[in-house]
Amino acid sequence: MIRIVTSVLAATMAMSLPARAEDLVFLSTQLRPVEEAQKMREIILKAGPVLTTYVADFPQVVPTRLAAEREGGKHTVSLVGGLHGELQPLVTAGDLMPMDVLAAKLAGRGIPPALMELGKLGTAHQMYIPWMQATYIMVANKQALPFLPKGADINALTFDQLAEWSAAVQASTGKRMLGFPAGPQGLMHRFFEGFLYPSYTGGVVSTFKSAEAEAMWTQFAALWKTVNPNSTSYNFMQEPLLAGDVWIGFDHVARMLDALRQKPDQFVAFPAPAGPKGRGYMPVIAGLAIAQGAPDAKGAEALIDYLSTPATQIKMAQTSGFFPVVTATLPDDLEPGLKLAVAAIARTQSAPDAKPSLLPIGLGTQGGAFDKIYLDTFQRVVLRGEKPRAVLDRQAEGLKKIMAETGAPCWLPDKPSQGPCPVE
Amino acid sequence: MIPYILIAPSLLFLGVLFLVPLVQTIALAFQVHGAWTTANFTTMADDINFHDAIVDTFAIVAIAVPLQLVLALGMAMMLRGLGRGRDIVLWIWSIPLGISDLAAGLVWLAILTDQGFLNTVLLKLGLVSGPVSWLSYETPTALLIGIAFAELWRATAIVLVILVAGVQMLPKEYNEAADVFGASPWQRFTRITLPLLKPSIQTALILRTVLAFEMFAIVQAIGGRNFPVIVGEAFTWQYTNQNFGVAAAYAVVVMLVSLAATLVYLRALRTPREQIG
Repeated sequence: MIRIVTSVLAATMAMSLPARAEDLVFLSTQLRPVEEAQKMREIILKAGPVLTTYVADFPQVVPTRLAAEREGGKHTVSLVGGLHGELQPLVTAGDLMPMDVLAAKLAGRGIPPALMELGKLGTAHQMYIPWMQATYIMVANKQALPFLPKGADINALTFDQLAEWSAAVQASTGKRMLGFPAGPQGLMHRFFEGFLYPSYTGGVVSTFKSAEAEAMWTQFAALWKTVNPNSTSYNFMQEPLLAGDVWIGFDHVARMLDALRQKPDQFVAFPAPAGPKGRGYMPVIAGLAIAQGAPDAKGAEALIDYLSTPATQIKMAQTSGFFPVVTATLPDDLEPGLKLAVAAIARTQSAPDAKPSLLPIGLGTQGGAFDKIYLDTFQRVVLRGEKPRAVLDRQAEGLKKIMAETGAPCWLPDKPSQGPCPVE
Repeated sequence: MIPYILIAPSLLFLGVLFLVPLVQTIALAFQVHGAWTTANFTTMADDINFHDAIVDTFAIVAIAVPLQLVLALGMAMMLRGLGRGRDIVLWIWSIPLGISDLAAGLVWLAILTDQGFLNTVLLKLGLVSGPVSWLSYETPTALLIGIAFAELWRATAIVLVILVAGVQMLPKEYNEAADVFGASPWQRFTRITLPLLKPSIQTALILRTVLAFEMFAIVQAIGGRNFPVIVGEAFTWQYTNQNFGVAAAYAVVVMLVSLAATLVYLRALRTPREQIG
């Protein structure tokens, strides 16, 4: 109900904007809060190549509006901006236009091939151009750096090296200084879904109870012996990092930004570790797509071109908390904390062994139940010390049920599936 | 006829805002996708946190409620002995009543957390060499004591207020008579005050126990995921897991437990008719 009211309100507000008939309509699910939307209009789009009306609306409104325009035969929206998972159903509905020519034109911008590949959304054509991104990174207090294992490159750590590092810190300080956001509002489940599982097993759903997963949980339980026991209360890692309770932490970049901004001289930011199957990481990617039947497809292309220039991307980072997808030389006067975050994200996604693992797609209201499968496994194996094999077999039954009920096909890093993603 | 008309609004009010949601909750607890089933209760009982939630909730009730009763009785007796300043003392003792559960939880979190006041004091006194964790999953006993303490601090006042009201209504004559016959203060307390206070104690215990079974905010603030309680689990299933059926099942459990506790008190602390005024 509240959602309906707010979307009606948002729609009325959007209509009341001075939308001229010749303006290009840019419909976006991101940068929705009034302040962010205003910055988008006043700072970013005002300097753009075409007159644009920026309409920010809820994710569930976008497919409905495009479907209504398609069925009504009167197209108004030219450019669509949204998260990867939000754009996927638009392709299925046939509401997006392939944009291979534009993709070729933007090839020199330095968008990582893995992200460009995501933009094909499983088709043979480019369906969206990556626009901006966020992800999860690690932040360490500089006091921890002397304890790095010999020969380890902090920007290319492995989970084994992280374990060694954390153990060395504990041996020297007598305290467990590695931290994870496993509190009630923390994003620990994303660590399992987007980082640990892909790095060790190469999958998330299909490999849930594999032999690799069993070995992974055994190793993670061992690593946990060096983890600050208050981790089960941490929701945002920036707080324990700033308080000095934790020296090495993992979290969503937005939940560590305060630490980096307040004390940029005290912290370093770097990619999450790699396992035997690569450096699993969960990109949160927003893309730009052109609506099928767009009244101003040429203008939309020009706008995408403009939005993916390094200068615009840096401006976006300063105003939104999302980060560039293109190779961008950062200006010297960029806030130092922001610079650390940008560099860590760039290193994560351009790592040679990077293994992008998407946010779950197609689970609908079962998203919470899906996350719970991973968190319960963690609680049983790591916190309660139960044997991984028995726990995995038990939890796999719950996972199978969720996949069967939602019928969600596999998403990256699992191999594409016909029908619901299988738990092998 | 007129009395019925007069009570009709409040009956309607209770019916719409209490009975209807109650029936809806019970119906929700026994349905999955619109079909009648006990699957929600199976899911609830199979869940990793169910056992802990039941044990933790009962542990807190078993520790806090008797202690609160004893403390409040002692405090009420002390108040009776006070002449001047009685109101000030009563006022100070009831301050925790005016503070929200969540705020009380946050106050105790600030005291008990790693960098909190307790560790600072212990460190200054040289009793510990560094911050000690009291609230982690590795220290369940300290966590239980911490939460019990917070619960004591927060809710003893409600028992006190009820008992003070009861004490004020006790006739003075019995005590004076006992005094004349040479009864000791302890005898007067156990033989006269306690039996006469029974109706107030019953009310206080029912209220307190039901509220203790429903405790949530204090525990959420201090224990978080490390100390599951029944109502906390209902909240998690409703909002995090988005499974309204299991959340409703937990709500039904809380209701049954509270009803049972109330019945036990009503029977155990029954006051014979002839003793009531």
